[in-house]
Amino acid sequence: MAVLEVKNLNVRIPTEDGVIHAVRDVSFTVEAGGFFGIVGESGSGKSVLVQAIMGLVPNATITGEALFNGRDLLAIKPDELRKIRGASVSMIFQDPLSSLHPQFTIGWQITEQIRTHEKMSKAEADARTVELLRKVGIPNPEERFSAYPHQFSGGMRQRVMIAMALSLNPALIIADEPTTALDSTVQAQILELLREMRNEFDATVVMITHDLGVLGKVADTMMVMYAGNRLEIGPASELFAQPAHPYTAGLLRSSPSNYAPGSTLIPIAGRPPSLLGTQTGCIFADRCPDVMAQCATAPPLRHYANGLKSSCWLTTAPTEPTPGPAPTHNTVPISIITANTAEIATPIVLTRDLRLSFRDRRKRTNVDVLNGIDLALYRGETLGLVGESGCGKSTLARAMAGLIPATSGDVIVAGHKLATIRKSDWRALRTEIQVVFQDPYGALNPRRRVGSIIGDPFRIHHISSGEKRKKSVQQLMELVGLNPEHYNRFPAQFSGGQRQRIGIARALALNPAVIICDEPVSALDVSIQAQVLNLMSSLQREFNLTYLFISHDLAVVRHICDRIAVMDQGRIVELADTEELYTNPQHEFTRSLLEASAPIARPLAGEWPRLLSTEQPKQELVS
Amino acid sequence: MIGFRTPRQAAVLAEQASGDVVVVQRGSASLTLRRLAQDPTSIVAAGFIIALVMFAIFAPIVAQLTGHLPNQQFRTLGLSPAGIPVAPSADFVFGTDHLGRDVMVRLAYGARVSLLVGVLASLLAAAIGIIIGTIAGYFGGRTDTILSRIMDLAMSVPFLLCAISLVSVLGPSLQLSTGVIVFFTWTPIGRVIRGQVLALRQREFVEAARSLGSSHASIMLRDILPNLMVPIIIYTTLMIPAAIVFEATLSFLGMGIVPPDASWGGMLSEAAGNSIYLAAPWLVLIPGVALLLTTLAFNLLGDGLRDALDPQAARKA
Repeated sequence: MAVLEVKNLNVRIPTEDGVIHAVRDVSFTVEAGGFFGIVGESGSGKSVLVQAIMGLVPNATITGEALFNGRDLLAIKPDELRKIRGASVSMIFQDPLSSLHPQFTIGWQITEQIRTHEKMSKAEADARTVELLRKVGIPNPEERFSAYPHQFSGGMRQRVMIAMALSLNPALIIADEPTTALDSTVQAQILELLREMRNEFDATVVMITHDLGVLGKVADTMMVMYAGNRLEIGPASELFAQPAHPYTAGLLRSSPSNYAPGSTLIPIAGRPPSLLGTQTGCIFADRCPDVMAQCATAPPLRHYANGLKSSCWLTTAPTEPTPGPAPTHNTVPISIITANTAEIATPIVLTRDLRLSFRDRRKRTNVDVLNGIDLALYRGETLGLVGESGCGKSTLARAMAGLIPATSGDVIVAGHKLATIRKSDWRALRTEIQVVFQDPYGALNPRRRVGSIIGDPFRIHHISSGEKRKKSVQQLMELVGLNPEHYNRFPAQFSGGQRQRIGIARALALNPAVIICDEPVSALDVSIQAQVLNLMSSLQREFNLTYLFISHDLAVVRHICDRIAVMDQGRIVELADTEELYTNPQHEFTRSLLEASAPIARPLAGEWPRLLSTEQPKQELVS
Repeated sequence: MIGFRTPRQAAVLAEQASGDVVVVQRGSASLTLRRLAQDPTSIVAAGFIIALVMFAIFAPIVAQLTGHLPNQQFRTLGLSPAGIPVAPSADFVFGTDHLGRDVMVRLAYGARVSLLVGVLASLLAAAIGIIIGTIAGYFGGRTDTILSRIMDLAMSVPFLLCAISLVSVLGPSLQLSTGVIVFFTWTPIGRVIRGQVLALRQREFVEAARSLGSSHASIMLRDILPNLMVPIIIYTTLMIPAAIVFEATLSFLGMGIVPPDASWGGMLSEAAGNSIYLAAPWLVLIPGVALLLTTLAFNLLGDGLRDALDPQAARKA
């Protein structure tokens, strides 16, 4: 029986720039007791889709049908929809901190929700809340009942959210990126919990995420969305084994977790289209490696024998582009670096017993962030630094870049001790060490033009000005793959991947020896991530750069790094060659990290399934 | 400089090729103007302000057209035989005052004083507030403590007491009233700016500028200040009406413009003296309404600007 049946849903949202056609003619069915996954990159319309169904997108024009247990959610009154939203459908959001009320205890919040929808005494509701908290794995639920949201960690908060979602035994749970804000080990626990809860409560789950790997672990049916279109839908296992749509195939390929040692990633070229224009033909045609002449007209829906349905002209398996030549990043053989022979290679950046603590003003205590870090970075290598959020890896990066002073211990960059360096030397040192920041939206001044952002290093160090500076900037833009004609644009006019390229260009301007990359790709979509990672590798080869690469994502680090340092609670717990670390992790913490980020095993692709039928697209009037 | 070569990667080029956005990307200025143009209140307010500015600039022409000088007394034409001012008529559009002077001409000259003091004092106060606020917010620590305490101090000085004592010592003048207004209005914007800088300082692009070796001055001027343009424009616009009322208050109390020169506050004060307004109500109504409308127009424009410049705060259509 279908719990939720969506037919030909269209969502149009008016904005200042015009009407955004966020969801185009999407249909799907969620069976009772199923785990339905919706996957797509940012801007694919996946969140808008469910929010529109739940009546949470004001001002939007919504057409089509969304039958929830036979009732059309799009046709009923807002009052009734609100009742359904509370009692029969629960939602879990990405950020549990902002979805929980900060001024009430979590126990009160859950009890309150139960009591608004069901008649029961306070004691009964309390008992049920404690039971729920126990089920979602909150230790000492009786005590934690009267704790406030800020007293929980991110993972625990998400557990509370799940308890709240389960409190009314909903027929449907909608989880919108429930694990995106969490560390990989916690992420795995929450996914496990969601799966358990589905079995125990016999609930139906719809989960939205950008991460194919996450969905592959839990979903049984999956839908792939791209620029508001449903491109492919079918059983998750089949979709992973043998995707029928070139986009799904491309997504699977460009994910760093599908990495074979010594190969480059194969990104999906280009970037997602604007949703403003009218769509003719296949929306993915611009980026598709299998593009054909027919793609200019709307693609048919092909049903395959393995249960997959793909909106594509292609009737054969999508082509697998051959990986590029294996990068040889090392100028110094790893054996020399790791043989602990400091006389052969002197490190360009060295930290000795580096300690750093911040003062907590409220508690009047010192919080230790770094507890004695000894780390050496050699010329030409890429050192990965991995750890969960709050382990101090970003602080270490800033201390090594000289942006925050250490409490004790030394940072030595190219022979200069940062603690005792003169101001003029510190400025000169900027040409040795540069930083690429995590957030491509926050690291570029939104009020300045790209030309002046990239040209800043030349201005600050009085290297060049006027036409000469402009020329250098345009060379840099070309180097990182940006159109030099976009010199006069503002950062907001670029996509996330392009902005990260701007950040890289700026870091390269002074021709530094070391670039510290603080999570440079974690804010980017998978298909864009691969492009940026490949760019960084090629630049390294060209300019003999040294990278310190910080990430929470072991798969990304594995792809790009020669050595990996694993950090936990301000200490480096393990440091080894990349493949060594993966095949033979020594420390307990490393093992748990590896386990959590283990790529999903893709079943082997069998024979290409038989094409059952082809549905021609309806000639729909495009308004 | 190193000689750059270009490793042209297919992926990279493809991104470029599709990188041209179909949508017309509008600059922030034109976007703001478009949003402002959709708000009828702002248009009316802006229209009123422009008309007022023209009225003030062309005050001499108003005087010439009517043939009445601002301080010229028309004892036969402008006063009834009993010495009562004449009501608005074809000769005197807004009537005359107790000395038989043309109220419309005086209103135009008064607008000059109001706008000059209002705009000048607001700009000066904004400049001081921005400088102090930016320095306090950017450097933090002890600098912030000292500057913030200075702001607290400036806020806690009793305004009228201070103004009266200054005037009695130095004598009333335009410069003095401007100075007093600046002294009492720079603190709110200073606090707002300090708060914003405190937040901006944590942003990654500031850190990026530091890591490139930018000096403090360069970071404040090039990285932080441009991001404060929105609150600066809004607050300065909203400070102008306050300063105009301030100036009128001072003139009303005889501490601003020296008679016989015209100012709106002074006109109100003269109307109140001898209860002449009982016989000639327009003497209160006309400068009073002018003051009210001016303040209202600037406040409405400020609100409109806030909605237009800050899309997050603006309600969606």
